Amino acid sequence: MTTTPILKANNIVAGYDNKIINNGISLVVPSGKISVIIGANACGKSTLLKTLARLIKPISGEILLDDKKINKIPSKQLARTLGLLPQSPVVPEGITVADLVGRGRFPYQTFLKGWGKKDYEAVQEALEIMGITDLANRSVDELSGGQRQRVWIAMALAQQTDILLLDEPTTFLDITYQVEILDLLTDLNRKRGTTIVMVLHDINLSARYSDYIFALHKGNLIAEGSPDEVISEELIQKVFSLECAVIKDPVSGSPFIVPKGRHHVMG
Amino acid sequence: MTKNNLTTIQKGYLHRRNRWMIVTSLLVILTLILSTTMLLLGNTRYPLEVVLRVLMGEEIRGASFAIGTIRLPRMLSGLLVGIAFGIAGSTFQTMLRNPLASPDIIGVTSGSSVAAVFCILVLELSGSIVSIAAVITGLIVAILIYLLSKGGSFSGGKLILIGIGVQAMLSAVISYLLLRASQYDVPGALRWLSGSLNGMQMSSIPVLFLIVFIFGLVILLLGRHLKILELGEQLAITLGLNANQTRILLVLSSVFLIAFATSVTGPVAFVAFLAGPIAGRLIGNGTSNTLPAGLVGAILVLGADLIGQYAFDTRFPVGIITGILGSPYLLILLIQMNRRGGSS
Repeated sequence: MTTTPILKANNIVAGYDNKIINNGISLVVPSGKISVIIGANACGKSTLLKTLARLIKPISGEILLDDKKINKIPSKQLARTLGLLPQSPVVPEGITVADLVGRGRFPYQTFLKGWGKKDYEAVQEALEIMGITDLANRSVDELSGGQRQRVWIAMALAQQTDILLLDEPTTFLDITYQVEILDLLTDLNRKRGTTIVMVLHDINLSARYSDYIFALHKGNLIAEGSPDEVISEELIQKVFSLECAVIKDPVSGSPFIVPKGRHHVMG
Repeated sequence: MTKNNLTTIQKGYLHRRNRWMIVTSLLVILTLILSTTMLLLGNTRYPLEVVLRVLMGEEIRGASFAIGTIRLPRMLSGLLVGIAFGIAGSTFQTMLRNPLASPDIIGVTSGSSVAAVFCILVLELSGSIVSIAAVITGLIVAILIYLLSKGGSFSGGKLILIGIGVQAMLSAVISYLLLRASQYDVPGALRWLSGSLNGMQMSSIPVLFLIVFIFGLVILLLGRHLKILELGEQLAITLGLNANQTRILLVLSSVFLIAFATSVTGPVAFVAFLAGPIAGRLIGNGTSNTLPAGLVGAILVLGADLIGQYAFDTRFPVGIITGILGSPYLLILLIQMNRRGGSS
């Protein structure tokens, strides 16, 4: 495995129209690790991820990949290094699993060079990693939400990027599938050394499955580090305005937050 | 194990490619059969042999005139216009991920019609100027719809609703033009507006062919890009596609096809709208739809024209027949969408 490229954000300010959402964020994505961006709704998690993936052009600041500005890298070349799975993408009607996953091979194809052996192999490998080889010729419309999400991740895998960004890959899934998807992403990270950055809603699953956490609050990066360093009662109070107790996850040993509401709290 | 998996996947790809090839070949054959039938039938029926001899350039009394001057231009314009409508319609539908997003539903065709009717009735022009005006107005309407639906955040559903509104407005303009026109001109304009292959002339074929060939080819060559665009803006950019540039090229080419074809035969109802979905059903969705949709478009126009000419005592223009075929499908589609809880 060659060395994984390093993705950096340099003081980026980003937003839509005139509304600034990210207010000067600088960060270095830990290479070969799983990082999770946490924060309350509308704090700019998604915007940050989309800016990192060049879907949103920052108002100021720059995104660097191995110290090169990403908007200076040819788009197909960049697409072979940096991939993003958006939140709830739309499935083209009637498409089969293998065809959809095969579309992840677009950055490797040119006008003259069509579909080749390498593309087959990449699709096959992606389907195997996601455990959906037997669904290859099924129509994506017929699949359950969890299976569908695996197909989308397989498409991102067929793209064979060193860095994979995922925008809430577990949202709308039952808890069983949430854990399954996070396990598969961990496999991918360990087997291929793929750098993974994702936005997750569940803080406890974030703490368990991540090596590194970025905590956002009102468009600013207010804490970063390993889950043990970052997750604390103070931080949760600040980020989510929620009082909680932090205990040790009995299964993984990672920090685990237990929210305190107004009711059902023992003396 | 690994080898087996590869063959399952490969088998699937191969199976789908074979299906595409077989269906597309059958569509080509059907198109050829219909085209030939258009040449055989008429006031006088000529045997195939005579038709072939005329096409080879032999001078046969009666037949040369009937086939060379009347039937051949009628057939060729139907064929080319059908291909143009089919390709343009399916491109719009795929790009906007909605079967309702066909140029004849969202007002682009009406835009061209307004220009053509204005040129014919008010300015009393004909020929290539009408075509140019139709293309320009078609483009303006397409841009207008896009800009109107861009305010706030862009969504395909919004674009379609705005398009339907624009379409209604343009229809009103056409009605106004018809009311103002001299009585003598109205029947001609009406026949044109319902989409008709009557009175086609050989002189308009070369340019039409060139337009269909060039812009059809551009869209065909962008087939792989269109498939990526179909995944949505975000994935398209992530996969390294220059989404804006591709979209502009596809829209421009489609509008050229639709507007030019409209300027020649008038807006043949629902062909652009029907061709893509029918082709999709036949070849299996998710594979490249452009060429089959073009062929289905041609089959619809030629088939409908044959029905309109020979199935009834009265002769109907082609657009009436396609209109009758298309409206039930539009209703079914709307009902289905409603059940699914609206479009995305």
